[in-house]
Amino acid sequence: MMHDPSPTPSRYTVEDRAPRKLSSFLLRWESILVMMLATVIIGNTLKSPYFLDPFNLADATYNFSEKAIMALIMALLILVREIDLSVAAILAVSSLAIGFMGDAGYGTLALVLTGLFVGTLCGAFNGFLVTRSGVPSIVITIGTMSLYRGITQVSLGDQALSTFPQSYLDLGQTYFIDWPPVPLSFFIFLVLACVFGVFLHKTAIGRQLFAIGANPVAARFSGIRVDRIRFALFTVSGLLAGLGAVLLTARIGVMRPNIGLGWELDIITMVILGGVAISGGVGTIGGVVLAVFVLGLSTFGLALMNVPGIVINVLLGLLLIISIAAPILIRMATGKR
Amino acid sequence: MSVFLKYREWVLAAIISLMVTGISLYAPAFGTLDNATGVLNDTAFLFMMSLAQMVVILTRGIDLSVAANLALTGMLTGIFNEVFPDLPALVYVAVALTLGCGLGLINGTLIALLRIPPIVVTLGTLAIFRGMIVVIGGGSQVNTSDMSASFVGFPKLSFLSLSSVFWIAAIVALLAWFFLSLTRAGRGLYAVGGNPVAARYCGISLPFQQVLAYAISGAVAGMSGYLWVARYGVAYVEIASGYELTVIAACVIGGVSIGGGVGTVAGTLLGALFVGVIVNALPVMQVSPFWQMLISGAVILAAVIINARAEGRGLKLILPEARRAAAQAKR
Repeated sequence: MMHDPSPTPSRYTVEDRAPRKLSSFLLRWESILVMMLATVIIGNTLKSPYFLDPFNLADATYNFSEKAIMALIMALLILVREIDLSVAAILAVSSLAIGFMGDAGYGTLALVLTGLFVGTLCGAFNGFLVTRSGVPSIVITIGTMSLYRGITQVSLGDQALSTFPQSYLDLGQTYFIDWPPVPLSFFIFLVLACVFGVFLHKTAIGRQLFAIGANPVAARFSGIRVDRIRFALFTVSGLLAGLGAVLLTARIGVMRPNIGLGWELDIITMVILGGVAISGGVGTIGGVVLAVFVLGLSTFGLALMNVPGIVINVLLGLLLIISIAAPILIRMATGKR
Repeated sequence: MSVFLKYREWVLAAIISLMVTGISLYAPAFGTLDNATGVLNDTAFLFMMSLAQMVVILTRGIDLSVAANLALTGMLTGIFNEVFPDLPALVYVAVALTLGCGLGLINGTLIALLRIPPIVVTLGTLAIFRGMIVVIGGGSQVNTSDMSASFVGFPKLSFLSLSSVFWIAAIVALLAWFFLSLTRAGRGLYAVGGNPVAARYCGISLPFQQVLAYAISGAVAGMSGYLWVARYGVAYVEIASGYELTVIAACVIGGVSIGGGVGTVAGTLLGALFVGVIVNALPVMQVSPFWQMLISGAVILAAVIINARAEGRGLKLILPEARRAAAQAKR
């Protein structure tokens, strides 16, 4: 065997980081979302003098805050290649429990704790099934969605529960901060968004989520407790659905079996528009928060213009597909892969 | 054990017969031939729609827009009927097939050419199709009184006391079996779902197979749309709302793997029949229809978990020692 005394240069070289280009910054998903948000705000302000009224805006947040809270954890689930289609059904079961407790005459604190507890329990059951059975979470949560929604239908039939103490209803029907007017649900969303942002982007476990999303098997071999994290995420998803139930039930003051029907799709739309890749491993909390505002404010603006709700759905569906397709088309056109 | 593996359909068939026997003992009205044809007629839509959904799931995809497609095509065919009344019924079937196929092609194109994940595309088109019903129809309904006799009459025709909708579902099932087992394109669907990379090396085109799958799914949904509207005598925005999840549930119960590449026509039909029997048994047993959702949820969970166990991939053992230990334990 020949031996070469001279040190051979490494086959690999570490190059300097490529200079940051303005175009790559502008094509970042979050930048696109900021532009979309600006367009929505400017367009709505020009169209309607009522749009920028602080009280109107505060009331507009009611319509998306509960969904937005649930979107935060959905973002993490999709990031690790899971999905929870049962969130809206968990919300319904939690709301059912709150309704029964209200009927039995319990106080506000008991109602809130019941909602959170039942949600957590349902979420933990999802997590248990997903981690134990090895069946894809989309299938498991379609099953539990039917199961949970079925429980509310069996318990209530066509009845409704509407006995709640006034102090509980105040949680959803008054402003948490009087000026500027901020409802409790929106306040909680803002706080949780910060918590989730720091957790995902600044902690070790947050980085592990990206690792799992990029390659779950490699993550397991690197010593990341994949199943434990999955279980925890599904449990938190249940907890936040319970929180959504607490806020929503207080806001509308009545519990019917069809409460929050179809919300799972709205929530997933928020997450996907927020730039979280359905194939896992890519996404930011900032993007999701921006998407929440884009969707929430455009819905509010269109409603101010008397556009019917179902037509708004068409526009939001188009927005979802176009916003995902446009960057791909641009990349195809410019020949970058 | 190998019986479970290879003949999962037999197990499902046995469970369904046990269920039917049990229900008939409890409520003799259920065990009559009359009721059996009623159940088959009622489940005909689910048979067709779950077969079409299976074709999509085989390619590792999912089509959430089928129910919205059904409703939109049903509405459009209803409006077409108002403009051109008294054409032969098969013309309406053809129109619905074409419209539905067109809507499916939109999904297929976005998924295959732009490579957007199927769940994202069909979630979007679900909202768009549903909403277009209001945009096009102006929020109004198409009622029986607006429909011509040939339009309404077709789904009510019957042969051997089974409705034409059932016979169409039977033809769809035969075609699906022939297509999936005996044609190159049909086998290609299994190939791209089972292993996309290997399929690519074999010269099977993923974009072609995807467009094909979503076009089929759309066409069947569209045809069901006409039959649905004509049978129930009304077209409006809410028809078949949430039906996509029932369809997917039937596939899952029938042993179609959401991971792609696994699924049979017989299994899917049995899965749909299972759901159909439950839906029809509840009123006979004087159980509130509100139980339907809870029961199907529990059944889906039981079915997928038993399937996963039977396939032996219940727990993902990725470490070699664990895998060896498990293999020894099995022996």
